[in-house]
Amino acid sequence: MIKWKNRSEFWITGAEIAAPGRKKPAPGCIHLKRGIIEELVWKKSVETDLPVLELDGYLLTPGFVDIHTHLREPGYEEKETIATGTSAAIAGGFTTVACMANTDPVVDDPSVVRYILDRNEQAGNCRLYVIAAVTRNLEGRDINEFGLLREAGAAALSDDGKYIANARVMRSALEYAGMLELPVISHCEEISLSAEGLMNEGYYSTKLGLAGIPAETEETAVYRDVALAGLTGSRLHVAHASTAGTVEIIRRAKERQIPVTAEVTPHHLTMDDSMLQDYDRNLKVNPPLRSREDVDIMLDALSSGVIDCISTDHAPHNEIDKEVEFDLAPPGMIGLQTAFALLNTELVETGKLGIAQLVALMTESPARVLGIPAGTLDKGAPADLAVIDPDEQWVYDRENNRSISSNSPLIGRKLTGRVQGVFVGGKWTSTV
Amino acid sequence: MSNRERIDVRFKRKHLLGLEELKAEEISLILDTAENFKEVSERAIKKVPALRGITVANLFYEPSTRTKLSFELAEKRLSADSVSFSKSTSSVKKGESLRDTAENIEAMKVDIVVMRHGSSGAHKFLTEFLDASVVNAGDGQHEHPTQALLDMLTLKQRWGSFEGKKVTIIGDIKHSRVARSNIWGLTKMGVEVTLCGPPTMMPVDAHRMGEGGVRVEYDLRKAVAEADAVNILRIQLERQESKLFPSRREYLGMFGITEEVLRNAPGECIVMHPGPMNRGVEISQEVADGERAVILPQVTNGVAVRMAVLFLIAGGKSSEAEIN
Repeated sequence: MIKWKNRSEFWITGAEIAAPGRKKPAPGCIHLKRGIIEELVWKKSVETDLPVLELDGYLLTPGFVDIHTHLREPGYEEKETIATGTSAAIAGGFTTVACMANTDPVVDDPSVVRYILDRNEQAGNCRLYVIAAVTRNLEGRDINEFGLLREAGAAALSDDGKYIANARVMRSALEYAGMLELPVISHCEEISLSAEGLMNEGYYSTKLGLAGIPAETEETAVYRDVALAGLTGSRLHVAHASTAGTVEIIRRAKERQIPVTAEVTPHHLTMDDSMLQDYDRNLKVNPPLRSREDVDIMLDALSSGVIDCISTDHAPHNEIDKEVEFDLAPPGMIGLQTAFALLNTELVETGKLGIAQLVALMTESPARVLGIPAGTLDKGAPADLAVIDPDEQWVYDRENNRSISSNSPLIGRKLTGRVQGVFVGGKWTSTV
Repeated sequence: MSNRERIDVRFKRKHLLGLEELKAEEISLILDTAENFKEVSERAIKKVPALRGITVANLFYEPSTRTKLSFELAEKRLSADSVSFSKSTSSVKKGESLRDTAENIEAMKVDIVVMRHGSSGAHKFLTEFLDASVVNAGDGQHEHPTQALLDMLTLKQRWGSFEGKKVTIIGDIKHSRVARSNIWGLTKMGVEVTLCGPPTMMPVDAHRMGEGGVRVEYDLRKAVAEADAVNILRIQLERQESKLFPSRREYLGMFGITEEVLRNAPGECIVMHPGPMNRGVEISQEVADGERAVILPQVTNGVAVRMAVLFLIAGGKSSEAEIN
């Protein structure tokens, strides 16, 4: 455990630093001053009279940024709260998260935005951005007061969990949000096609006798929204992209200069539909775990830049919710605390993705998607950092899980690479 | 009787969740044991003490007539103590959870739980919480192993051996647990399986089902042309809402089994149906009552198969299945 008494100005030395824009981590030192990054030098040590925190053997990165989190507060505090969710976040190296609007009440009024920001202030774990709902009560009919919501602090708009089925409503939302420079994040799911679907449609849904959700459920919805982004010129962000067809649509949209970005979750990068053979409810997610071919294509799409970033879609559901028959279980899994370790174990350790690439996809890239000042080590940036022991093997279990909910298929799994703690605005919190 | 010596082995499984997990030898063991038990139902006093002192709970979360009766009779003929519970549930969360109900029943010291449930995988879920043995009497659209076993017993009685035989399953394959269990069981025993039905009722990658795959044929006349048996699935007319077929008359015309259709099949081809039948929809009156039909022998075999399954799950040896 790293011991450090907070100071307003100091140097961190000895660590390998993974900075976005560089191909590989390299030894470096960072000068932090009053919560801001003052300087980064690419040397193993510095001569200074200031206090020094030596982090030999550790990996130092910008604090991770998650732009797709469900913190469940207000309304579902039995699943997660802002305090517990952000506690899980920092244990996973995240220093900035953005939370989705499907709370109760829905984030469709400025007062709810302020409430969430206040609660985060009290929790004091990390930075929080609020994503407000596109439509009143997520009903897909009337667009919300984007101007007032932005004024209250909303950073983006989304009806995540629901697709805005009416194309005219989505067009209006994009047009209006574009004026305010707020990105619209779309949960792309053509619900009339997925109907009662419970898992990816394919051999395994046939074998298990579970109603299938074809890839086209997502793709037809992505195609419409990309077309509307083209029509309006407004910023569209596609949440939790999961299929090869989605990648193809987004690739072509980007070639045509349509302002679209997309994210993929850690689970869609590492898990496939063959894993559902024991009807594990913790593997029931929306969009569903896809075929192995889709999983491989998602990774390629990250490497080639078609998909912009990694987001967790941390979706807490407690045991009472999940201890039911597969078809009754709500979709979703938690992921904040394990995102880095899972991807480090499955992708970096196996040589499929470089560590520096992974760090960029979890820091600078998601921050750029939302247009928020985070995820970099540039001079003047907030002093938000994650300290990682890349070789530590650890078991994620109910004891060290910080979420209220434990709906993760990774409970009990041995992972490689563990976040030791974070600096948020220069202030250290150990998380081990 | 040499047959019985050969199969003097115990069934090592605690549960019967489906035929996917069974090996061919285990299926043979169940069928041979069932054959021995068949005779019990033909006696004046239809009872053996094989499961005396064993308690069985029948949990039926979906409406069922023949499967429930068949299990109850099997239990009684084995001298088990049994209780039954029926509850129609739509797939909404209400009342007591499945976990709580099952744990409560187990707290009353039940040895075997027989369950029918509308959710695929419900039995697997139950085994996470129960010490009792779990026997699947149908889970959602996944498996219905005892139905497939009774179908197979019926075929075996007719054929003697499965090797090289051909079975065509017709109807709503996509939503059928009977089809899935039959496909697993038959392909494991070396039977060539053909599936036939409208594409709206055919699941994705249907040809990959079972062990080593199956044939998919949309033309009914071609599908029955070489069949040694056809197994006709019940069309669930309530599914009409999801537009799986345009009308009853069109279904009858294209996929209904009539004497005319069976003229394309070999003379020895037999006709099976798991019931309840929609006469005049998936099967014509003449065929249902005709000479090829083995629909009532299927029902008779159902009791024997369920006796065998309960007996073997409870730890009995197949040779003891003759106990008086």
